[in-house]
Amino acid sequence: MSETLISARGLTKRYGDFTAVDAIDFDVAKGESFGLLGPNGAGKSTTMRIIAATSQRTSGTITILGRDPEEHGPQIRAHLGVVPQQDNLDTELTVSENLFIYGRYFGLGKKFIRNKIYELLEFAQLEEKRDVKVDTLSGGMKRRLTIARALVSEPDILMLDEPTTGLDPQARHILWDRLFRLKEIGVTLVITTHFMDEAEQLCDRLVVMDKGKIMAEGSPLELIKTHSTKEVLEVRFGSDRNKEIAPSLRAICSRMEELPDRILMYVEDGEALLEEILNRKLHPTTSLVRRSSLEDVFLRLTGRTLIE
Amino acid sequence: MSNAVAIADARANRTGHQIYAGRARAIIERSLIALRSSTWVPVATGFVEPVLYLLAFGYGMGELIGNVTLGDRAVDYTVFIAPGLLAASAMNGAIYDSTWNVFFKLNESKLYQGMLATPLGPLDVALGEIVWALFRGLSYSIAFMLITAPLGLVPSWGALLAIPAAVLIAFGFASFGMAITSYFKTYQQMGLINIALLPMFLFSGSLYPISVYPDWLELTIKLLPTWHGIELTRDIWFGIIDFSSLSHLSYFLVMIVLGLFFTTRRLRDLFMR
Amino acid sequence: MNAGIDVARVRSIGALYVAESRISAMLKWKGIIAIVAIGNPLFYLIAIGIGVGVLVDENSGTSGTGGVEYITFIAPALLASAAITAALDEAMFPVIEGFKWRKLFYAMNATPITGPQIALGVFIAALMRVVFTVICYWAVLIAFGVISVAQSWDVIPVTIFAAGAFAAIIMAITAKVKNDDYFMTILGRLIVMPMFLFSGTFFPLNTMPTFLQPIGWISPLWHATELGRHFSYGYSLSAMMLAIHFAFLLALLIGGFALANRTFTTRLTR
Repeated sequence: MSETLISARGLTKRYGDFTAVDAIDFDVAKGESFGLLGPNGAGKSTTMRIIAATSQRTSGTITILGRDPEEHGPQIRAHLGVVPQQDNLDTELTVSENLFIYGRYFGLGKKFIRNKIYELLEFAQLEEKRDVKVDTLSGGMKRRLTIARALVSEPDILMLDEPTTGLDPQARHILWDRLFRLKEIGVTLVITTHFMDEAEQLCDRLVVMDKGKIMAEGSPLELIKTHSTKEVLEVRFGSDRNKEIAPSLRAICSRMEELPDRILMYVEDGEALLEEILNRKLHPTTSLVRRSSLEDVFLRLTGRTLIE
Repeated sequence: MSNAVAIADARANRTGHQIYAGRARAIIERSLIALRSSTWVPVATGFVEPVLYLLAFGYGMGELIGNVTLGDRAVDYTVFIAPGLLAASAMNGAIYDSTWNVFFKLNESKLYQGMLATPLGPLDVALGEIVWALFRGLSYSIAFMLITAPLGLVPSWGALLAIPAAVLIAFGFASFGMAITSYFKTYQQMGLINIALLPMFLFSGSLYPISVYPDWLELTIKLLPTWHGIELTRDIWFGIIDFSSLSHLSYFLVMIVLGLFFTTRRLRDLFMR
Repeated sequence: MNAGIDVARVRSIGALYVAESRISAMLKWKGIIAIVAIGNPLFYLIAIGIGVGVLVDENSGTSGTGGVEYITFIAPALLASAAITAALDEAMFPVIEGFKWRKLFYAMNATPITGPQIALGVFIAALMRVVFTVICYWAVLIAFGVISVAQSWDVIPVTIFAAGAFAAIIMAITAKVKNDDYFMTILGRLIVMPMFLFSGTFFPLNTMPTFLQPIGWISPLWHATELGRHFSYGYSLSAMMLAIHFAFLLALLIGGFALANRTFTTRLTR
């Protein structure tokens, strides 16, 4: 068993009457890529801020590298690289100046940072942009710069809050590739996301959060195995007819989820079920057989979809 | 163990290490880099306003007014307004940096959020920003001195002491301005600052002696920081240092302490609670 | 699908829709606008009019101000500068916001509304703010007994006209600006502030050194102030000067609109 870097027990955060994080337990091991998956408002970002020692818990315990953030905030933050949900780059500075001054916030030497900048610009594929102001960068470039900035202090844990939200598919893939490289060299990653594909791609282990609580925990594969079936058949009959036909579908499938636009049917063999439906002369306008994903796990656990 | 960790660990047992990492200079360094990269335009043009007031009021109004009685002597109107405008110059520098600029960094660019995700504490940020605003006030007052001296408006060498006084005034305004700004959430609230500054400048006694007013208004004016700033500078300018000069000094010391205290507290509540 | 859009109607009164949206945006600032409209004249009248006025009247009496008390002398100038400041606010910010910050003009232009209509709409809204400011200011002046109703009502339309001319030219210039980083700072500190101080606002233009007087000649505020003085307390202007002041402001208005229309169209369709 490798070293535990983060350990939370009964971790709770309340804002007045509202409980943002509700008595959660989790551990993150060294070198692991740990994900918090859940819809907006599930309490993921609040949890991240508590880990990052920039928000104080209401009750429960948490240690980061064996220390309590309430006692050792600055010392813990020295171990972390933080990538917030919204980029907060310094818009008055250029790309390389952003990296430089962030290193100075950690108290690092100028020479050390200058050498580090070359390495980080290469990592972020921003060598050609080193002297331009950050507001001229594309969304994907800004994101990569924010990640590079978080790495300037050689952190033990990299915290990424919704790393690819708002990026186009190509920019997402470039970013995932960069994060993979970090994983390969053993950087511990803590990631929040509401994209199931991102969680499947990047996380070794994750917790599914909803309304401040942890609903399930495990590797993406384990979660799918435990909480879903092998395949999913998606059928549409048109917005008006879905409701009408649902009861007759229930007769042939024990697990179904009715969404406003489509019906999801959970089975081991999707093709066989589709044939059965066609035999019964229920003609869906479209149909699709696919593998189960974390989206289905979430739907199963909460009765809701991740992106609403 | 990385460098960053060793640096942070070295301070772990100091009192107040949660709010101050001893690196306010990193914030000043940031402002210097930003000055080179982009903010030189507002910084360089910031001292123009008091100089324009000096030219317009000194050489335009001076024609209509002639001399003003100050204590038991008559001074030329242009000489009379010069120290007040020096103080205004220092205030201008400090106020811009500590209000609109801070508001932008708090709410639009979220810069402070980024700074406070590092081992820096809220006092580092507050102190760094305020000392920067103070630098700006200092350079404006030096520039103003360089313009007024050749025009024969500086009566004696002792008047050079108006520069450190201007720094103190800038410190007070910067510290208090940042504290107020940190509590404001909307642009409309920020608009109130601009509105409040106009009467504070007009009624401060920079352009005429406030003794022309009825007692109640005169007393109200004497509560304003602008009045204390201008009086302090004028006392030094004309070498009339007395007990009241001391009261102006203490006024600004109180402003500085209150401002730093509330700014630090507010930054902690905003980003670390 | 068609939600009953009357394209012809939008085409004819599109500017009013733009003005409506601008005015509803302005109403978020109604508190501030009202405080400025009433507070500004109060502060300047009490501070400069009375404070500096005492010094002027003590020293040179009314000889320097053409035979009127100092407060009467600056009142129309302050009225004009308040109107022009309001015009500046409402002609500059919305244009930067519309093209750059929130790109609202591009959204408007995606409907049947055209570039010149957007410009006209912004102008109409700015004029509303000017009208409000001028009426408030004028009421304060009357309340102070600085000028009389019967003698000075015509200063209102004249000042509104001058501020409108200023709004048009500012709108046109702002629409040209691509990089707005420090545009407002530069405009405010290097154009508006000198204009305010060197346009004969606080002392007659001819008391200034000769080399500084041209600042006044090209300043819309000086022309507005001269007209304001003429119409509020009977400051005498020759028929020719009267014509020059009006012509200058009219030229700004027409030139401003011509330029704004062209710039709005090219910037929106490129």
